[in-house]
Amino acid sequence: MKSSVILFPGSNCDRDVAVALEKLNFQNKMVWHKDTNLPKSDLIVIPGGFSYGDYLRSGAIAGKSNILNEVVKAANDGCLILGICNGFQILTETGLLKGVLLRNKNLKFIGKDTHIKAINIENKFCNKYVKDQVLKLNIAHNEGNFYTSKEHLKELEDKNLIPFKYCDENGNINEESNPNGSINNIAGIFNDKKNILGLMPHPERMVDQVISNNDGLNLFTSLLN
Amino acid sequence: MKITNAIVKSHGLKAEEYSKIKDLLGKVPNLLELGVFSAMWNEHCSYKSSRIHLKNLPTQGKYVIQGPGENAGVIDIGDNDAIIFKIESHNHPSYIEPYQGAATGVGGILRDVFTMGARPIALLNSIHFGSPDHPKTKALLNGVVSGIGGYGNCMGIPTVAGETKFNSTYDQNILVNAMAVGHAQKDKIFYSKAKGLNKSVVYVGSKTGRDGIHGASMASAEFDENSEDKKPTVQVGDPFTEKLLMEACLELMQDNSIISIQDMGAAGLTSSSVEMASKGELGLELNLDRIPCREENMTPYEMMLSESQERMLIILEDGKEKEAEKIFIKWDLNFAVIGKTTSTNNLTLKFDNKIVGEVPIDALASKAPIYDRKWIKIKLPEKKIKIRDLKKVQLQEALLKILSSPNHSNKSWVTDQFDQMVMTDTAQRSGSDAAIIRIHKKEKAIAVAVDSSANYCKAHPHTGGKQIVCENWRNLISVGAKPIAITNCLNFGNPENTKVMGEFAECVLGIKEACEFLDYPVVSGNVSLYNGTNKKNIYPTPVIGGVGLITNISNKVNQYLKKDGNTILQIGKNFGQLYQSVFLEEIYAITDGPPPEVNLSNEKNNGLAVLKLINDKLVSSVHDISSGGMLVALAEMVLGSNYGIKIHKPKNLANLMEYYFSEDQGRYLIEIEPNNLERINKVLNENSIFSEVVATVQNDYFEVVGELKIKTNDLYKTNNSWYNNY
Repeated sequence: MKSSVILFPGSNCDRDVAVALEKLNFQNKMVWHKDTNLPKSDLIVIPGGFSYGDYLRSGAIAGKSNILNEVVKAANDGCLILGICNGFQILTETGLLKGVLLRNKNLKFIGKDTHIKAINIENKFCNKYVKDQVLKLNIAHNEGNFYTSKEHLKELEDKNLIPFKYCDENGNINEESNPNGSINNIAGIFNDKKNILGLMPHPERMVDQVISNNDGLNLFTSLLN
Repeated sequence: MKITNAIVKSHGLKAEEYSKIKDLLGKVPNLLELGVFSAMWNEHCSYKSSRIHLKNLPTQGKYVIQGPGENAGVIDIGDNDAIIFKIESHNHPSYIEPYQGAATGVGGILRDVFTMGARPIALLNSIHFGSPDHPKTKALLNGVVSGIGGYGNCMGIPTVAGETKFNSTYDQNILVNAMAVGHAQKDKIFYSKAKGLNKSVVYVGSKTGRDGIHGASMASAEFDENSEDKKPTVQVGDPFTEKLLMEACLELMQDNSIISIQDMGAAGLTSSSVEMASKGELGLELNLDRIPCREENMTPYEMMLSESQERMLIILEDGKEKEAEKIFIKWDLNFAVIGKTTSTNNLTLKFDNKIVGEVPIDALASKAPIYDRKWIKIKLPEKKIKIRDLKKVQLQEALLKILSSPNHSNKSWVTDQFDQMVMTDTAQRSGSDAAIIRIHKKEKAIAVAVDSSANYCKAHPHTGGKQIVCENWRNLISVGAKPIAITNCLNFGNPENTKVMGEFAECVLGIKEACEFLDYPVVSGNVSLYNGTNKKNIYPTPVIGGVGLITNISNKVNQYLKKDGNTILQIGKNFGQLYQSVFLEEIYAITDGPPPEVNLSNEKNNGLAVLKLINDKLVSSVHDISSGGMLVALAEMVLGSNYGIKIHKPKNLANLMEYYFSEDQGRYLIEIEPNNLERINKVLNENSIFSEVVATVQNDYFEVVGELKIKTNDLYKTNNSWYNNY
């Protein structure tokens, strides 16, 4: 399986994603934001970080970069796209995903482990998880508070376009288990065709028992299925 | 412009220092030259009061590649891996402007590390605030914590350990110390010493603005009621640019273009160019017309003294300019050849085709003043208060009061604002005795910790200096690391005060003795003096940052209890000493008497034995006993684990408070499988180490038999209550 990781000035989870992909034998390439050609890829990852220093708005400037035109084309052709953290923010800025990521409810950066529940596993990204499985992943963001219109929210719920919601360690989805104020505890969303996933938690940080746990591993192994 | 006494004074120079400048130059300096002298001769850059004491510190050892004197210290951890690290203060700027002060403190120390060719892999901090009730504390606390987080998070370097402390001594002068640790290839380390004539001097990074002018001089004076006016001397940080600068420098370092490189930190372009020239015994000519400026009509004086952030000075090999420029343009950074090395041994400054300033390099560096300031010895305080006569208190009440106090409550409200996981090599995050960072794609790891004990140092600086090195050493041992070397940040008051100078001299002596005995050399450091406002000096607060090596990461341990039914063994002897303890301070507001004694021989013996037990995989968890004593340490082993504990009462008729809260040194708690007890005792006996079974791991309750029984969940709530109500 061929993957590409897009590198913006200020990306800082690019190496972590590459390590996770290579561990699972993806043939991975790093792609510089000024490039105008995208290598042939089955999966494109937009990693976390502070692209362009989060100036203007998180993801706003990256959303207008050269390479993003190619990413949009690939997405429309059905290529799998994964945006993690700042990558999710960039995907909403390009319009590939709807909704916005607002400042965290407590107005502070949040860096900690949090639990999420696998709501929809019938897709390319999550098929190795078990329905309602509780995962422990790390979050690290200033703007992870997902918000969207009533209509879009209804569409997300009705069409089952929400793969993960924040929960507590027992899987309870409620206000207490919502770290950043996201509407309906949403931790990640799909587009209509479910080939584009935006996710605030970092699966690439949970692929090694020595460091943390293996709860993020199946997000990548699902793609190999 | 005529140089008047008032101008000399406003540059922080004493009359006799100004006379010396005139002698060295053989003429009256112009304003630019005076500015350059003031930037190099201030306390912050010249170490003029501290140098004669610092030279006594041990700086060599079998692991040391580079000791103090470079941008950071370098140690060898085998297989061509080197660790580069340093700690630095940003106290004065952080008090004036907490967010930017703290952020640029982190930025500055990161530059020191990647300048030498290392990719930074961990950030640590030691931050001290005034009393939580002081009207400024809350805003300073929030600003500093988000400033530290803001910079490291954006750079993508995990902030993994630190300490946050409160004491009214810092009401008007907080401490913000940041430590950075990087990893480099041993054969690819870059130094600041200039070499060769007519080599291009290159400026890279951000443009120069008018921020931070005289920052280093500001940091070399006490505050007064007008300190707010000093805001323009605080730099403004841009971590995004620094991230680009780091990637660009590391990319350039892949090939052999760089002769020497130095970041522009305190005193900006002046100190970076002087240091490179001074180490290389060369001259340097700078064409100031070529400096990339952010603002219009900047004068040579402003350019030389600006402390704008995210800038570097590089001396390139011949013919490498084009390639180097390409890399910096790729990363959207400024690149300008601004001068060359010369044989004149002068710093020559040209502007508008004229020489606007010329100063011999040695006058700025090696001939800078050095003071042997007067100091007085500080006696060991007497034990005046009769502890057993104090009003009785219940064990439970005392424990809960300590665990819910600002200094001993859970600090996750600080660490949750830091990205601890980025780079995905953090194997132990903050909360345990030391953090553990795996060397990327290898089996080995390093352990890192920072520590300070201002109360002990205040009571008896000599003992305090020794103690803090030992505590840091112990913290590394406690996670299974062999302690290798330290960096220190020496935060003190006004050195012109003989008592403060005595505190400095004796803390340094204590540090020296402990480092020598433990074979734990000092490889880098920073001195911050004049911490005080209107003649009120802070407590002497040396901060020690230690780095240790874990050869095989599978040997790491932490302090959290692992299994119901396991036995807890106390290693080292408890003498019941309570003077200068957290117990007396929190329960009775008493800070009298001497600090606990430090027996270096016991410290080393106990520590090495614990490390052996860890490496033999005979222990499940380890925690050192430090502030708060054994009971607080046992509570800390419970908090963050899924277990409770049943603590036995002392066998003989010890006073319970002395037994549970004493802060006697050189002690550890280890959790072991009961069937290993005999084997462990054998090792301990062979090394004549005192040990005692003190508790058993159980479920659900924190219990002292016959004295107290608390649900672990309630203990957790108590420990987390303070900040939520602040």
